[in-house]
Amino acid sequence: MRSWASAHRRACVSAFARLAAAPLANLLNITVIGIALALPLGFYVVLANLQGLARDFTPQPEISIFLVPEATATDVRVLELRLKSRSGLAGFRFVPRAQALEQLKSRSGLADVAAGLSGNPLPDAFVVIAGVSDAAALETLRAEFAAWPKVAEAHVDSDWARRLDGLLAVGRYAVLMLAAALALALVAITFNTIRLQILTQRDEIEVAKLIGATDGWIQRPFLYFGGLIGMAGGITAWLLTALALLVFNNQLGALAGLYGVPLKLTHLAWADSLFALLFAAGLGWFGAWLSVRRHLSAHNPS
Amino acid sequence: MTQIVLSSVSKRYPGGHDALANITLTVETGELVFITGHSGAGKSTLLKLMAAIERPTSGSVIVNGQNIGTLRARGIPFLRRNFGLVFQDHKLLFDRNAFENVMLPLDITGYDRRESARRARAALDKVGLLHKEKARPITLSGGEQQRLCIARAIVHRPAVLLADEPTGNLDAEYATEIGTLFSDFNQVGVTVVLATHDAQLAKRLNPRIVNIRGGRLVA
Repeated sequence: MRSWASAHRRACVSAFARLAAAPLANLLNITVIGIALALPLGFYVVLANLQGLARDFTPQPEISIFLVPEATATDVRVLELRLKSRSGLAGFRFVPRAQALEQLKSRSGLADVAAGLSGNPLPDAFVVIAGVSDAAALETLRAEFAAWPKVAEAHVDSDWARRLDGLLAVGRYAVLMLAAALALALVAITFNTIRLQILTQRDEIEVAKLIGATDGWIQRPFLYFGGLIGMAGGITAWLLTALALLVFNNQLGALAGLYGVPLKLTHLAWADSLFALLFAAGLGWFGAWLSVRRHLSAHNPS
Repeated sequence: MTQIVLSSVSKRYPGGHDALANITLTVETGELVFITGHSGAGKSTLLKLMAAIERPTSGSVIVNGQNIGTLRARGIPFLRRNFGLVFQDHKLLFDRNAFENVMLPLDITGYDRRESARRARAALDKVGLLHKEKARPITLSGGEQQRLCIARAIVHRPAVLLADEPTGNLDAEYATEIGTLFSDFNQVGVTVVLATHDAQLAKRLNPRIVNIRGGRLVA
């Protein structure tokens, strides 16, 4: 067990030594990997932020129930009782038509329009907090309300959020595809890097095999090297994304100031960052493994 | 107890060249065996079969009770650790010094680092190169390189030394020195199998001689 651990430690040290032996070439490799990974990582960060934003704006989906214009106070009472007895709702409030008009008037730009109206064209309304959030359940609920007497129509107010969600889902697929393509690039880069290393260390590999080294012993430093390159590339990508966010947030701050809302993109959470780094290291390891498999079998006896 | 038994062994290389034909030979533990013959007679191939560097085309090579013809690839490294290999072209690594070259077999077997260093120095001392442990192989003479190769072959205390033309490129004085080294190892119980076309060397050390010609044993 101790010799196993020390063999791994030695392989790790040897991988670092190989990294230091050709600093420029390895730095270039790491930069290439970093840039390749920064693209999907950056897109992912933007998407994750947009998703968070969408959540903030619609804590819970609401359904607006508009009554027919000729509805009386009794009709309103009846509907109110019916909503109260309907189980499964998170809550509701009544918006009388007069209050709706006041709200319209208080909104900038629409006061003139409201003042020009002869009467109040707005109906009484209930706003129901649905208590469910999936699209199918909301639609069932909306249809139920729409069928009640004295109800003109019912609207699900989370329509735009659902559209945004759909758009984000498409975005996620795009990021996934981009990530897959660039992960392949990372594997190819480490494959080739390790291939070149194997070529320059052909003598050492041959001698080691002749005097009884196992394939595992020979592979180990290359695998560590691949993992190390991948990890360094991942760190580079993370830093590049952080830098981009810093610059972007500066600009975004100015824009958000104009609209009077705080708007700021945040980087990946620590757990996600760690996962991304490990993933990059894993890809590097995998590329190295493929390369070593491919190039070591040539030394077996025939 | 590492005994090497070859039974009706033939080796045909791709392309149809028969390097060895119907060789039957047993090397007992502790023997000093010289395999002699002209270059191209199949001496190297014979050694390669013993160390599982090549597999026989037919017949069986049994080392330590293991059949090399059917040994799985993952078992080969462990079989090879029974051997110390000395090559005509030394196969030293030129990117590291003499000491590090000798350390390689111990690194491979995962030996304790301090114990390894002690053994490596002992091996260098045995071949008279301790004062050159920091030297790069490229700065050593041909004889010194061969001795360094021998130090690397014996550092893990193998049961069998296999040497392919160890004196091939050396003048008579160096050759004697190297021959004496092998004789010394044999004295302490190491089985030595040495391929050479150097008749002088054979005469002095009085080994068992196996002569092959055209891939066949000559009685």
